[in-house]
Amino acid sequence: MSAMAVEFKEDYLQAYRLKSWLLTTDHKRIGLLYMATITFFFFVGGAAATIMRLELMTPKGDVLPSPDAYNRLFTMHGVVMIFFFLIPSIPAVLGNFLIPLMIGARDLAFPILNLLSWYVLMIGGSIAIGILIFGGVDTGWTFYTPFSTMFSNTMVVPAATAVFIAGFSSILTGLNFIVTVHTMRAPGMTWFRLPLFVWALYATSLIQVLGTPVLAIAVALVAVERLLHVGIFDPALGGDPILFQHLFWFYSHPAVYIMLLPSMGVVAEIVPCFSRRPIFGYKLIAFSSVAIAVLGFLVWGHHMFVSGQSMYAGMIFSFLSFMVAIPSAIKVFNWTATMYKGSVRLDTPMLYALGFIGLFTMGGLTGLMLASVAIDVHVHDTYFVVAHFHYIMVGGAVMGYLGGIHFWWPKMSGRMYSELLGKLSALTVFIGFNLTFFPQFVLGYLGMPRRYYEYPAEFQVLNVMSTAGASILAVGYVLPLAYLLFSLRRPPDAGPNPWRASGLEWQTDSPPPVHNFEEIPIVTRGPYQYSPEGAEAIDGNGDDASR
Amino acid sequence: METVTTHRASGPPAAPSDEPILEVQFDDLEQQHEASSVGMWVFLATEVMFFGGLIAAYAVYRAISPSEVALASQHLNVGLGCLNTVILLGSSLSMALAVRAAQLQSRRNLLWFLAITAALGACFLGVKAVEYYQEYREHLIPGWNFQIPAQVAAKSSSLPLDPRRFEMFFVLYFFMTGLHAFHLIVGIALVSVMALLTWRRWFSGSGETQIEVTGLYWHFVDVVWVFLYPLLYLIDVQS
Ligand SMILES: [Cu+2]
Repeated sequence: MSAMAVEFKEDYLQAYRLKSWLLTTDHKRIGLLYMATITFFFFVGGAAATIMRLELMTPKGDVLPSPDAYNRLFTMHGVVMIFFFLIPSIPAVLGNFLIPLMIGARDLAFPILNLLSWYVLMIGGSIAIGILIFGGVDTGWTFYTPFSTMFSNTMVVPAATAVFIAGFSSILTGLNFIVTVHTMRAPGMTWFRLPLFVWALYATSLIQVLGTPVLAIAVALVAVERLLHVGIFDPALGGDPILFQHLFWFYSHPAVYIMLLPSMGVVAEIVPCFSRRPIFGYKLIAFSSVAIAVLGFLVWGHHMFVSGQSMYAGMIFSFLSFMVAIPSAIKVFNWTATMYKGSVRLDTPMLYALGFIGLFTMGGLTGLMLASVAIDVHVHDTYFVVAHFHYIMVGGAVMGYLGGIHFWWPKMSGRMYSELLGKLSALTVFIGFNLTFFPQFVLGYLGMPRRYYEYPAEFQVLNVMSTAGASILAVGYVLPLAYLLFSLRRPPDAGPNPWRASGLEWQTDSPPPVHNFEEIPIVTRGPYQYSPEGAEAIDGNGDDASR
Repeated sequence: METVTTHRASGPPAAPSDEPILEVQFDDLEQQHEASSVGMWVFLATEVMFFGGLIAAYAVYRAISPSEVALASQHLNVGLGCLNTVILLGSSLSMALAVRAAQLQSRRNLLWFLAITAALGACFLGVKAVEYYQEYREHLIPGWNFQIPAQVAAKSSSLPLDPRRFEMFFVLYFFMTGLHAFHLIVGIALVSVMALLTWRRWFSGSGETQIEVTGLYWHFVDVVWVFLYPLLYLIDVQS
């Protein structure tokens, strides 16, 4: 395989016309298109959360006109954040940008399909925004039947359509990544020389490709039942509502790993770089990503312990949910072991990565509590569950996403950002996050149910703490938006490898040229060639990445 | 699909029907072919899960109300269903022959086999339309004109039958066969485009990869029907 000479010398950001962005097939530009899109949705979803937290400052309903408005608000928060921010976040932004660079390819296997998947997401997202403007949905992001199909008088069918369409964007992205990793690796880039980020995204893609169609069918059947009034899920029409829950959670539990696995991949890149140590247990981390993807498909019933599934099913799902903790813990222990005897530097990406490890551990351990049938019956549908999944999906997934953005920003934009502001934002997010969600564990344990507009006065102190935390968190999220955009005003100054990291993506210019590499590199070593003594990437021929 | 690469001439304008165009992201034609083929297989895995969710729903209702499902199934036209199975299997044969013709660069045969494939696909849809019309006449379309047939209503007074489950069989029947028909329409469109590209000599190269990938899709749609036919039509043919 000879490297094809590429005539483009200028970097991928050179053309400025709008058309050059809307018709681009460059994976790096498409990654940036996704970044702009999901940032928008993040702030839409965040605005909904802000209003909810303001409403919950006081026991009485006073900010919003009606409980109904509150129902629509938390539904839109969930739908927007999950389907239009978290699911596309790391895969579509960082994955798009980095996978070809990391494996030494000029682009993804199907660049036009890649652009198409962005447009598909835009169509789904526009419908979601339309729903938001024209009245909203009140079913919760879970669309539980028969409420969604027979009783809700809000825009359920458009919401189902938006989710259905966005799902195809996710499927196409996953498909593209799987094919790319299988067929487009540079000469010498064996499977066990792949960066762990690529392994994590490969596992994620498997979930996207195999899980999403089941969600699509579930929401399509909801739309059919609602539009035609024929029985599928409504018991009054002879349907079975539990069937909907099975179909829905068959996707929506693994979907948590679509959000989380990529963050784990980001952390596996950041930790060795800022510890100047080769990653500890490379193969274990790689296989644990795949194990999480596989086991993740077998645990969906833990959402249905109190829905009337059989006791024995509950016990098996509980056991399997505990099993997922094993590969997750393997990752946490290996990251920690990587730092041991390293020369650890606390730059912004590392702060985010450390924040991820702490918050994910917290979310994972409370997940084990919820996987125990007895505790789950007690705290089901309380704020304990809300706190748990926010520790995973915000504390985990969003911390990882922000860590990744800060780590690769110099590569994407060619510019460094203010390190001081970066550290400040990481700290603000960490403190704000814990202040927001830790009180919710307590609230849930004391019995405050989720999805209510008003609450007994005894819960107010903890709710005020949570709202105060949310305002700190908001500052922490706006800050990076400001200083990262501000960094674009300066000329590119980052240089190809500001962190002295050892991945392939750092060997090309920042920002990278149009087809990534002047010449396709020939890979002779594993991805984490760091040594704490020289604190310098070694260029030797250490072959085995698993040491 | 993503594999139709003819109109994106990125290299120097090579003489058509000579060598396939190599997209800039690939190193060689072999890699390009492999990517298309793996891509289609992964897409088919998605499709399996798509129909899998539906078949799971079907399995649940068949398990909890076997007699209603069996009774409802008898209102389908087994003869036409069987005819359609034969038609689709025949189309798969001609699709396989088309792929072979593309590999042998035999343009004439390729055109013929693609045309036969698309025509058989259209025949299937025609037969399916006749079936749907019969079911319309018998008032068996849920959400439109559904009525429990008189003899079933008579039976359900003596037997513990749930007429709502009887109707649900038809919901699933129309959803599953409808989704299959949609896939077949996409397949016919794809095959027609391939035939057009071959006929007008718009392929650079022989279009071998494109035809092969289209073939994979076509066989998949065929296999789906091979599952749907016994699941829906052959539940209780004896009585
Ligand atoms: Cu779950």
